[in-house]
Amino acid sequence: MALDKETVAKVAHLARIKVPEDRLDSLAGELDGIVNWVEQLGEVDVEGVAPMTSAVETSLRWREDKVDDGGYPEKVTANAPDAQMNFYTTPKVVE
Amino acid sequence: MSDYRLKGETGEWEVVIGLEVHAQVSSKAKLFSGAATAFGADPNAQVSLVDAAMPGMLPVINGECVRQAVRTGLALNAAINKQSVFARKNYFYADLPQGYQISQYDQPVVGEGEVEVDLPDGTTKVVGIERLHLEQDAGKSMHDQHPKKSFIDLNRSGVALMEIVSKPDMGSPEEAAAYVSTLRSILRYIGSCDGNMAEGSMRADVNVSVRKPGEALGTRAELKNINSVRFVRQAVEIEALRQIAVIEGGGTVDQETRLFDPSKGETRSMRNKEEAHDYRYFPDPDLLPLEFDDAFVEECRGTLPELPAEKKKRFMESYGLGAYDAAVLVADWEIANYFEEVAKHGDPKQAANWVTVELFGRLNKADKTILESPVSAASLGELLGLMADDTISGKIAKDVFDEMFETGKGAKEIVEAKGLKQITDSGEIEAIVDKVVADNPDQVEKYRGGKTGLIGWFVGQVMKASQGKANPKMVNDLLQKKLDG
Repeated sequence: MALDKETVAKVAHLARIKVPEDRLDSLAGELDGIVNWVEQLGEVDVEGVAPMTSAVETSLRWREDKVDDGGYPEKVTANAPDAQMNFYTTPKVVE
Repeated sequence: MSDYRLKGETGEWEVVIGLEVHAQVSSKAKLFSGAATAFGADPNAQVSLVDAAMPGMLPVINGECVRQAVRTGLALNAAINKQSVFARKNYFYADLPQGYQISQYDQPVVGEGEVEVDLPDGTTKVVGIERLHLEQDAGKSMHDQHPKKSFIDLNRSGVALMEIVSKPDMGSPEEAAAYVSTLRSILRYIGSCDGNMAEGSMRADVNVSVRKPGEALGTRAELKNINSVRFVRQAVEIEALRQIAVIEGGGTVDQETRLFDPSKGETRSMRNKEEAHDYRYFPDPDLLPLEFDDAFVEECRGTLPELPAEKKKRFMESYGLGAYDAAVLVADWEIANYFEEVAKHGDPKQAANWVTVELFGRLNKADKTILESPVSAASLGELLGLMADDTISGKIAKDVFDEMFETGKGAKEIVEAKGLKQITDSGEIEAIVDKVVADNPDQVEKYRGGKTGLIGWFVGQVMKASQGKANPKMVNDLLQKKLDG
């Protein structure tokens, strides 16, 4: 698989990471290396093997329908840069 | 297919509609956290550290949400998948703290099903269900609180939603609206969603495309977050007409998300193409597959009440109601219960008529729901009983009902207090009849001369003289005897 500059720019945009134009080529090379390394896994024959969902024999834990959390808006917004009246605030985003 | 057609400059067009309905699961706690779901709480007061996506927090599924999704699937006659998988749907937005929504992608908890939809003309149509999956709601952004900032409230973040996807089986605004109504009715019957569209517990994304009859499907546009049945109907028609105008003007319809603006009566594009979403779904590594057994499914099935379609059938068979009346009565289970209580006291058809015409008319005028009705079902039943045993006439009954509605008093109480009892004593009626005959010799002569239609006029005079209390049938019989004799 060969990653091109455009794909790297798109992935960076989707992740909201700002990448200067002159870094795109070298990043493409680096990411390509990583992807190719992981793709070695493709050599293993997994025909007929169900995808493994956990390393141990276990199943999804269910919780009861009980309200036992929340009620601490100050704590939730404690690290927010400019919380107002317990709201988070962001630069204005209107579609 | 529906025979609904829209006229364009180049001829007739068909409309094809599919819906994705988001229904909030009725649960106390959120889908993956123990924070509350109640409507209208203070900002961020119902947010756990899981919902705020603090590092290291892990989701744990609320079993009740699974149960409600399965019950809903069963009510939609759908396949239940005993193993399903939660996936991350990645996108970037201020009110989505995780940076992804936990949803289900290629392995939803509920698969294909179908629902029988009641149309306004009394007929029904079967609409296919593509799937139902569980997912998290996002938070809420407010853009009008500050000149330069958006305010974010995460109370809804993580609340459980069922996304119910239909097949593109609807062909008119009426069918789309009727489908949403039917779905809402089913969800409210089984209690998996309160169906409150005004509070956002239920909202619809409507996919609309147009084509010339018999041709291949056209490109669809998606109208987002429509929050009333009436708006579904309007939005479909407006969008279909827009697409026809675009195509007939030589353009092409873009596959895009659009916003319906009811105040302007238009739809407009929400996002440009460069921003086209690329959700990069993948199985959520924080969650093992969702699994349950047949016993769990059967347990869910055992808790289902009689559903609207079944109730409608029963109302038609055991009460002899027509399809239209039955459909109107079963749409809300509160109304259906009310009707059945009334019907215990009298003729079911008459009960249906009184509920759908007299009661609904007065409720509408007073802007009240059936639950706020000042006249209880038992009370209306009492009134019907008074008509059935000839204590009062139908005409008087309407006046009595007015007063019951206004004062909340019982039917018997009003009839007695006002002396409205029907006169069934033949001697008393005969006296009035004799007087009317004696007072109107001209009319009597005309009648005897062949204008027998005047009988109605005589009945009217007698009824008037008795203040509406005389039994009309007895009046009629007596008059005929006197005039012909």
